[in-house]
Amino acid sequence: MTASRLARALPAIFAALLAAPAFAADAVGQTEKQATNVTAIVMFVVFVLFTLGITYWAAKRTRSASTFYTAGGQITGLQNGLAIAGDYMSAASFLGISALVYSSGYDGLIYSIGFLVGWPIIMALMAERLRNLGRFTFADVVSYRLQQGPLRALAATGTIVVVAFYLIAQMVGAGQLIKLLFGIDYIYAEIIVGVLMILYVTFGGMLATTWVQIIKACLLLGGATLMALLVLITFGFDITALFAKAVEVHPKHAAIMEPGAMVANPISAISLGIALMFGTAGLPHILMRFFTVANQKEARKSVFWATTFIGYFYILTFIIGFGAITLVATNPAYLDAKGALKGGGNMAAVWLADAVGGNLLLGFISAVAFATILAVVSGLTLAGASAISHDLYASVFRHGRVNERDEMRISKGATVALGILAILLGIICEKQNVAYMVGLAFAIAASANFPVLFLSMYWKGLSTRGATLGGWIGLILAVVLTVLSKGIWVTVLGNPAAIFPYDNPALFSMPLAFLFTWFFSVTDHSASAQAEADRFEGQYIRSMTGIGAEGAATH
Amino acid sequence: MQADMASRIRNNPDFVELEAKRGRFGWTLTIIMLVIYYGFILLLAFAKGVMAMPIGGGITLAFPLGLGVIASAIIITGVYVLRANGEYDRLTARIRESVR
Repeated sequence: MTASRLARALPAIFAALLAAPAFAADAVGQTEKQATNVTAIVMFVVFVLFTLGITYWAAKRTRSASTFYTAGGQITGLQNGLAIAGDYMSAASFLGISALVYSSGYDGLIYSIGFLVGWPIIMALMAERLRNLGRFTFADVVSYRLQQGPLRALAATGTIVVVAFYLIAQMVGAGQLIKLLFGIDYIYAEIIVGVLMILYVTFGGMLATTWVQIIKACLLLGGATLMALLVLITFGFDITALFAKAVEVHPKHAAIMEPGAMVANPISAISLGIALMFGTAGLPHILMRFFTVANQKEARKSVFWATTFIGYFYILTFIIGFGAITLVATNPAYLDAKGALKGGGNMAAVWLADAVGGNLLLGFISAVAFATILAVVSGLTLAGASAISHDLYASVFRHGRVNERDEMRISKGATVALGILAILLGIICEKQNVAYMVGLAFAIAASANFPVLFLSMYWKGLSTRGATLGGWIGLILAVVLTVLSKGIWVTVLGNPAAIFPYDNPALFSMPLAFLFTWFFSVTDHSASAQAEADRFEGQYIRSMTGIGAEGAATH
Repeated sequence: MQADMASRIRNNPDFVELEAKRGRFGWTLTIIMLVIYYGFILLLAFAKGVMAMPIGGGITLAFPLGLGVIASAIIITGVYVLRANGEYDRLTARIRESVR
């Protein structure tokens, strides 16, 4: 994998993650070299036992639907902020962003910033209203005054599609990473991840999923802080000495200190920026976390803490990437015959752990990477299972005529089914190029979920017809344009040139979704559309004050 | 929510104040964040020379600007939380009290 390829926008990170299959196929020796990583395995087993203990504790408390979906709304702002940050700091972002800094320098920072800037907007425009209107899923909010059936079907589809693409990308990345770090076969790695995730979610629900995420977030932040500190100590806390050394040893020299290929195409860069910024505000597993806190005060605190931890984490990955340039790229022990990183481009942070902290830190960081994957896939699966049981089963198929026990049973069944599906898809996609999947997930979240959710809270004129048609158009456009872009049309399908010239469709699909939602709403003169507009007043006052949000939500 | 309760809250001066203040503040912060982020991207795209300008110690102007975008995201959320958890929640509490 060449540096210029890595520097390409979103898919590059995941392409790097997927450099692993090629490596594993032609360089089995190096994979086996990791087979003796006893430290990593011991630390991971400790993590698993501890989190299973938490799941046991949570299972005894998970008796109602409200505990299962939202931990009974008893999570504090700080805890929820850590959990949200944990959802966001996946193994792909830890290893991928530090790898992007390792290969391209400054461009890695540009990429990570895109993931952060959606949070202030969620804070200022959405967090309070979400908390005041929703109960279990974001479909509760969009269907608050509109027709349950079509809106929940749309929101559940948006959720399941986003979760599926995100999940496949995580599962494939997980298998490759675990194979490399622990020396476990790909297929067993998939099964271990899938089975543990089913256990956490089925028995512990949101309570266990949240605590697993919090513990992992602390471990990851702690491990990354330690690595960054050890790098800085190596350079006597003189950051200019670190940069000077990096410029000296990096093949691109001074070019790593300035923006490079990341924004070679401004339209592509802005389109990616829109997908990352507004997609964040449409990710179902993130939106669901706003319902785990007691009130709007705690919801706001959650966003502040999440933003702080995520921003801090990206600064750490930047230091770690530069540390790897100076301490890993200069050490032949971490390089193959051609001078590339052993185990693929994504190993920069892992080898840096060894370089600054020896086998103990290497084992710790490997275990944390494994834990990270587990926590992220658990959150995704819970969001997907909730959409199936709470939105599709209880509202669309049973029209709300369902008791809590049955709904919980369906949730747990859906969790097991999603877990098995994730294992199977992970195994099927082992050799597939899934680089486009996370970009697609963000694009769909920005184009299908976000416009409908936003307008439902802010625009009185939104009607069922407008929201449904606009949302489906956004979803379909995001998928079709992604298929026609380079990531699938050329890289996966092998066509000579892309029909859609940009890497991410959000710049077009999101505004079009807004436009069509508006158009099909204002041209909707039905009596039901008028009744929906009349119900806006009550929804608006509740969204502003939280009056009516306590206790059983009546919708 | 009953219609009479809705109209009572609607006409409550505290609600009118909350609506005006929070709306203005929320949208102002949103626009500030949009300008900062897309301004940053446009600078990267069209003023690469400026971004690559050395500012001493081998560091280019792009570094403080990039870290500044991260810091601004944290500061904006922090500023909103401070104001909302104080001023807005006091207003909200008064509104809720009035309809009890």
